[in-house]
Amino acid sequence: MHTGADETRAATITRVVKETPDITTLYFRDEREAIPGQYFMIWVPGVDEVPMSISSMNDGENSVSVRAVGETTRALAELRTGERIGVRGPFGNGFRVEGSRPLLVGGGTGIATLAVLAEKMVSAGIRPTFLAGARSGNQVLFRDRLGKLLGDRLIVSTDDGSYGLRGLASVHASEMMKANSFDHIYLCGPELMMAKVFEVAEAKRVPVQASLERYIKCSFGLCGSCAIGPYRVCKDGPVFDSEMLRKVKGEFGLRRMDQAGRMIRADH
Amino acid sequence: MSKISLAVEVAGLELRSPTMNASGVLGMSAHLLRRVYEAGAGAVVTKSLGPEPRAGHPNPTMVAVEGGFLNALGLPNPGVDGFIDEIKELKGEGIPVVASFFGSSVMDFERSARVLSEAGVDALEINFSCPNVEEEMGMLASDAATVERVTAAIRGATDNPIFVKLSPNVTDIVEIARAAENGGADAITAGNTLKGMAVDIDFRRPVLANVTGGLSGPALKPVALRCVWEIAESVHIPIIGCGGVSTWRDAVEFILCGASAVEVGTAIRTHGFEVFRDINKGLTSFMEKNRFKSIEEVVGLAHRR
Repeated sequence: MHTGADETRAATITRVVKETPDITTLYFRDEREAIPGQYFMIWVPGVDEVPMSISSMNDGENSVSVRAVGETTRALAELRTGERIGVRGPFGNGFRVEGSRPLLVGGGTGIATLAVLAEKMVSAGIRPTFLAGARSGNQVLFRDRLGKLLGDRLIVSTDDGSYGLRGLASVHASEMMKANSFDHIYLCGPELMMAKVFEVAEAKRVPVQASLERYIKCSFGLCGSCAIGPYRVCKDGPVFDSEMLRKVKGEFGLRRMDQAGRMIRADH
Repeated sequence: MSKISLAVEVAGLELRSPTMNASGVLGMSAHLLRRVYEAGAGAVVTKSLGPEPRAGHPNPTMVAVEGGFLNALGLPNPGVDGFIDEIKELKGEGIPVVASFFGSSVMDFERSARVLSEAGVDALEINFSCPNVEEEMGMLASDAATVERVTAAIRGATDNPIFVKLSPNVTDIVEIARAAENGGADAITAGNTLKGMAVDIDFRRPVLANVTGGLSGPALKPVALRCVWEIAESVHIPIIGCGGVSTWRDAVEFILCGASAVEVGTAIRTHGFEVFRDINKGLTSFMEKNRFKSIEEVVGLAHRR
C-alpha cells in the first residue's frame, strides 16, 4: 500500500552551504524528484523529524534550506558533508504553474521553495518577477542564484533598508501589484506577510497560491495536527490557492493550532 | 430497492450509516470532523481527550511498514475543556459526536465524562487502550478488574451511551470485554492498534521516537476480526469493529463477525475522505444483491455455522 516515498531512506549529505548568518543549505544525494512547493520529512535520528520545503533539485541531489531557530534546526545546521539524514517524501501538493506574468513573493526561508518554482517557470518560457524580502541585507537567501536567473526581475527588499528597497515585503508587493498587471501571485514566507498580500490580490481579483506552515506530525494526512479550516496542510496543502484561502479566512494570518491542538495567535 | 437502509442503531445511538472515523484520526478539529461526516460517516469520533492538554511525542511519530503503519503520536490533544467549543460547533450542525477520552485516575474519567456529556456529545468512547503512553499511565485495558471499576464509575457520571475501546494487546480480550459489560458499558469498540516497532538499519536504531508504536492498516485486520468474533461469542452488548477497515468488503467481514458498525482510520491515507462514501456505496449494493434490508440482519451472521 505504500509508494516508496512513504518510507524513510538514509541520504548522505554532499555539501553544506552557509547562505546567511542563520540559514544553511544541506545538499543530499536523493533520486526522488519533487514538485516545487512539496516538502520532505527530514529526520535527525535522536532529535526529531521535521517538514522542510525543497530548496533545489539537481540530478540526484536535492536540498533543503534551514534557519537554525530550535533544537532540530540547529542540529541540522551543524551536520557535515558525509553524514546522513533520514528522508521521506516528497509530500504535499506543490505549486501549479499558472499565468504568464506571475509575481513571486518570498520572505526569509520562504524564498527557498519559490526559487525552485522560479527555475521551473523560466525553463517553461515564463519570466516571473521575484520579490525577495528579508530582515537585513546579509539575510537574503539565494541572491546570486536568483539574480543570475532573473536579472532585474529580482527585486530585494529588507526591513532595515540595508539592501534593496527598504521596508516590509508585503508593502512593496502591494505597490508592485498596483503598478503592474500580474496575473498570478505566489507566496511563501511569514504568514502575516502572505495574508496581507492575499488581501490585496483579492481586491484586484488576482489568483494566489500560498505555501502554508502548520505543525506537521504524521505527514500522511491522518493525525490532523496540521489542520487549518477543513484542510490538512500536510496532504491537502501545503500550497493553498485562493479558493482554499477563502475557506480558512478565520485562521489564515490569525490563528494556528499548537502541538496539543490548542488555538493560539499567529505571531509571524 | 429504496427499502434498503444503512441506518443502524448502536447502543441507542442512531447512525445513518455504520461507519465512523477511528479515534486519533482527523479528530483534532470540528472542521476536519465535519469533512468526515460530509463524506458519509454515520458519526464522528474525536481525538482522545485527556484531563490536561498534551503535546504528544516528538517525531518520528508515524512510520510506514508492510501492510500498514506504526504510530506513536502520544495522544496529543487540547484537553477535554479545550475541545468543548469544537463539540458544540459539530452539535450545532446536527452531527452525531462520539467523544473519545482517557485519564489516569477514576476521578479524571468521571470528570471528563461529565464535562463531555454536558457539552452535548451523543456517546462516549473510553480509550482504555492506547499502547503508546503505557509508561506514563499504565495500560488500563489489560486488567479486567480495573476496567470494570472505571467503567462503573463513568456509568455513574453520565447518561450517554458508553463505548469501551479495548486493546488487542492482552492475553484474553474476552475477559476484558466481559468486565466492561459488567461495569455498565453499552458497547465495545474492538479494538485499538497492535503494539509493534520498526528499526532502521542505516541508523541502527528504532524509527519511532517512542521506540514502540501501534500497528494499524490492513495488517491489523485479521487480529481485529478475531477480537470482534471472540467478543461477539461472549457478550451481549453491541460491538464496533476497528482495525484495518479499508473497503466495503472489510466492513462486511466485521459485520458478519458481529460488529454493528465499523471505524475507519489508516485507509484515509490511501483512499482519502471518500473512503466513507465508497464503503457505504459498496455496502448498499452488497445488501441489494443479497436481499438484506438492514445492517442488523447481517450482524453476526458468520456465527451461525
